[in-house]
Amino acid sequence: MNEMTETSASTTTSRISSFVILVVFITLALSLVALIFAAAIVGGYFNTGNDLTGAYVLLALGLLGVAVSTYVLVETRRRLSKLKIVVPPVTTTIECRKCGVKNVREFQRGDYVFKETEPCQKCNEKMLITAIYREVKEKEKERFPF
Amino acid sequence: MGAQSKLAQFGDTSITWILNILFYVIFIVFIFYGQRIQMYVMLREVEVSLYKLKFIKEEGRKIAVETIKEIGKPQADPTDRVDRFLEYFTIGPQNLDPAGVVWKLEHILDVRDTRFKDEVKSMAPASDETQVNNLENTLEAASALNFIYKVIRHYYLLGKKTLSLYVIMQIQMILPLVMREAEAYASALKAFAYGQPIGDGAGALVAAKLMHGQETRKIAKDCVVATVPYEGRTAFVIKAEGPGGNVGKPGDAIKAVIEENEGKIATVVMIDAALKLEGEALGEIAEGVGAAIGGPGVDQYKIEDSLLKYHISINAVVIKEDIGDAVSPLRKEVFDATDKVLERVKQVVLEKTKEGDKVIIAGVGNTIGIGQ
Repeated sequence: MNEMTETSASTTTSRISSFVILVVFITLALSLVALIFAAAIVGGYFNTGNDLTGAYVLLALGLLGVAVSTYVLVETRRRLSKLKIVVPPVTTTIECRKCGVKNVREFQRGDYVFKETEPCQKCNEKMLITAIYREVKEKEKERFPF
Repeated sequence: MGAQSKLAQFGDTSITWILNILFYVIFIVFIFYGQRIQMYVMLREVEVSLYKLKFIKEEGRKIAVETIKEIGKPQADPTDRVDRFLEYFTIGPQNLDPAGVVWKLEHILDVRDTRFKDEVKSMAPASDETQVNNLENTLEAASALNFIYKVIRHYYLLGKKTLSLYVIMQIQMILPLVMREAEAYASALKAFAYGQPIGDGAGALVAAKLMHGQETRKIAKDCVVATVPYEGRTAFVIKAEGPGGNVGKPGDAIKAVIEENEGKIATVVMIDAALKLEGEALGEIAEGVGAAIGGPGVDQYKIEDSLLKYHISINAVVIKEDIGDAVSPLRKEVFDATDKVLERVKQVVLEKTKEGDKVIIAGVGNTIGIGQ
């Protein structure tokens, strides 16, 4: 009931625009062609000793294209996998007003603040829910001078 | 061998030409189609958020249906009725002639509340009063998500249809704030379904701490009051009746206590959760004057009206939280802040009143998961 509930997206492929996919794959294909051309020029250099400027340009373009298209593909998948509703764990604190025994457990449906619960194991007095809250571990905050 | 040499030559001479032409083509394309490209980028951004909103909305609907099935034990499948509930709307009163608009608004809100409660009761016949309130809150959160999704979808499709930069731009600009609100409602859904206290209930929690152990009586619709003696003063502590999810009618409750005492109230102290600004710490406490109460304004109007009639001063103590924390399960920081608020309220009472005086202390907010 109060466990971490994560529900992820059911369909992923239908959520990616086909236009984006097309552009990414065209970029990837062109980049691969540029890399092949660059490799061919480098191969020719060993036989003929020609200038390698063109090869460098094609190599840079090819690598850049592969990097950008891979990034876009990975990023699209990552964005989709982030689709989930996370419910943080909530704790209930039960206290005995007589002997001060404190008990912390996970929240259960029906709990509410100032509800009398089961008797205290020490003094048999009815215990009371005194707190219900969730604790969030804050990420390292960006520091501002303000 | 010959082919490789030609390729090398191609690399030497033609690459520069190709790059030059490519540069000019891109330049020209951006001159003529720059705005359109920018528009498509914005549309894409809205589209991604729309997928997320659709997912959250569907989850909200699923949670609502499952909770009704689990708690309410209905005979028939409640899905259709839930879908109908999600589409409910409320038409605000006509304000061309603003005189009396508060009462008209109050009436409409009362009718809405009764209608919602009746609907939930028939959807979930096995649920008690507390569970009906919690289910109503769950359905309202799901309904809010449904509405947000529809509005964003409307502007997205309108922008796509008209290709108007301004239609797309206005929705793209407010999108981060809209998403924040939607995510807040999404985390509220489970809290409402399970009946967990939420951040908005901080004021009600302070009042509950003050009145705990004292006898309470009903003072207005869904509101209780306890008479608490404190340092020679008499404090009338008011909160919405818990632990079901409701905010009650603090306006009516304060008015009733003032009338019961024929206006002989030294001061009113209101405690509520307030939206914090970025940079302010969660659970920060601030003090001021005025009626600390949100909502459509009916209760604030009534409180101010009653105070004016008898010239009673009003103080406010607020706990700062953001919208996400206000509707999701109570954070420890806010819970800890309620003890500090309690001390602050006692201090205000001591400073502003003398022995023998009567004061009203009202804890405002949704009392879900908070008894008294």
